[in-house]
Amino acid sequence: MGAGHGHRLFFHGHSPIHRAPAHWKLVALLAFMLTVVATPHHWYAAFGGYALVLVTVILTSRVPLLYIARRMVVEVPFVFFAVLMPFIATGPRIDVLGVSVSEPGLVAAGGFLAKATLGVVASLTLAATTEPVDLLRGLRTLRMPDQIVSIMSFMIRYLDVVTDELRRMVTGMRSRGCDPRSPRHWPMLARTLGALFIRSYERGERVHLAMLSRGYDGRMP
Amino acid sequence: MATPVLDVRGLAFAYPDGHQALFGVDLHVHRGERVALLGPNGAGKTTLVLHLNGILTAGAGSVAVSGMPVEQKNLKEIRRRVGIVFQDPDDQLFMPTVRQDVAFGPANQGIKGAALDAVVMEALERVGMAEFVDRPPHHLSFGQRRRVAVATVLAMEPEILVLDEPSSNLDPASRRELADILRSLDVTVLMVTHDLPYALELCSRSVVLHGGVVAADGATYDVLTDDALMAANRLELPFGFDPRSIGNVPH
Repeated sequence: MGAGHGHRLFFHGHSPIHRAPAHWKLVALLAFMLTVVATPHHWYAAFGGYALVLVTVILTSRVPLLYIARRMVVEVPFVFFAVLMPFIATGPRIDVLGVSVSEPGLVAAGGFLAKATLGVVASLTLAATTEPVDLLRGLRTLRMPDQIVSIMSFMIRYLDVVTDELRRMVTGMRSRGCDPRSPRHWPMLARTLGALFIRSYERGERVHLAMLSRGYDGRMP
Repeated sequence: MATPVLDVRGLAFAYPDGHQALFGVDLHVHRGERVALLGPNGAGKTTLVLHLNGILTAGAGSVAVSGMPVEQKNLKEIRRRVGIVFQDPDDQLFMPTVRQDVAFGPANQGIKGAALDAVVMEALERVGMAEFVDRPPHHLSFGQRRRVAVATVLAMEPEILVLDEPSSNLDPASRRELADILRSLDVTVLMVTHDLPYALELCSRSVVLHGGVVAADGATYDVLTDDALMAANRLELPFGFDPRSIGNVPH
């Protein structure tokens, strides 16, 4: 359970970025991402420009850079693949620090990493400056189909409930001498996740009952 | 006699897997009554509750709410008249904010704009949660969530409030606060509970369900002090609690 009234990616503030309407921010993020993705790998100056724009936005929002940096761990799997690329790609090879790597691979990895980082930082900035509720409202303003917005709203609502449930189950496992971190106990962890899935499914059914009981007829009011 | 708010006659029901939960239940609840529905686990209490607003449909027998039979064509109105507060507030509060959640029922009835806002605030004021209107439900304490769950149903102006285990998982202070709120509401209440002192405190009448039939129906004090009846229906008073020491609670 998070303290305060925000989500854990949200950083409370009153900057112009915080106050801007959510649907503008969403459109801005989308436009920014499309531009970044469409930029060729070797336009290094352009990437510098994008980074500058992002940093300016973050500074204006008064969200500490460290706050964003810490949440960038989600990028780690991408970094892993980017590091692999120069080694497994084909083409002319060059020596970097005495190791022979593929040149096109290296350029591709650099571009890939730059684009991924810009994307992650931009999304984190949006998340840090916009409450989830406002994001949903923004999506609705942008005419995102109702069903999709509803599904996202349920996801936000139940994320904490389900993580809490998982935490309790893991505590239960630990209390009975099972360490979920040890590979020897991974089969046990997998079964727990299965049980969590079933529990969540049953919760879904109970929520649906509660919705029907309050006159739900297939359309969100 | 006036039409009962709740009129259940000969209700029997078997689940699709063949398990029969109810074997002919008769139950009448009149306007303004607060009735406790007691019984051991597996007695069919939840099954009965799900019949009251047509989530489950009777295998045999009938259910009527203020004279209106619970049937497919009446479901919308039935679900307005019967407000069910489920046991786990996390199942009941599914919207991103308290305001949207309390508005869900009335909005489904077609209430909009300023009228909707007024209904929401009034319902929240009745449970003392008005100041939390823009908070996400998962940032509230369990007792607060239970109270908001009651408000979500009150916002629909139900004729009968059905509460499933209202005191479960509450700390003693929240439990007492909820009792104060329930007492202050001018609404008919059917309360499913294992908390016998709570039943005695809030409900003058109790109905005991056991094995899918009504095993007893009478004054809560008389039910709780009938040792033979209590033992036959797997009902037990908590340690140290004796209704006789309190005397018959005036309601």
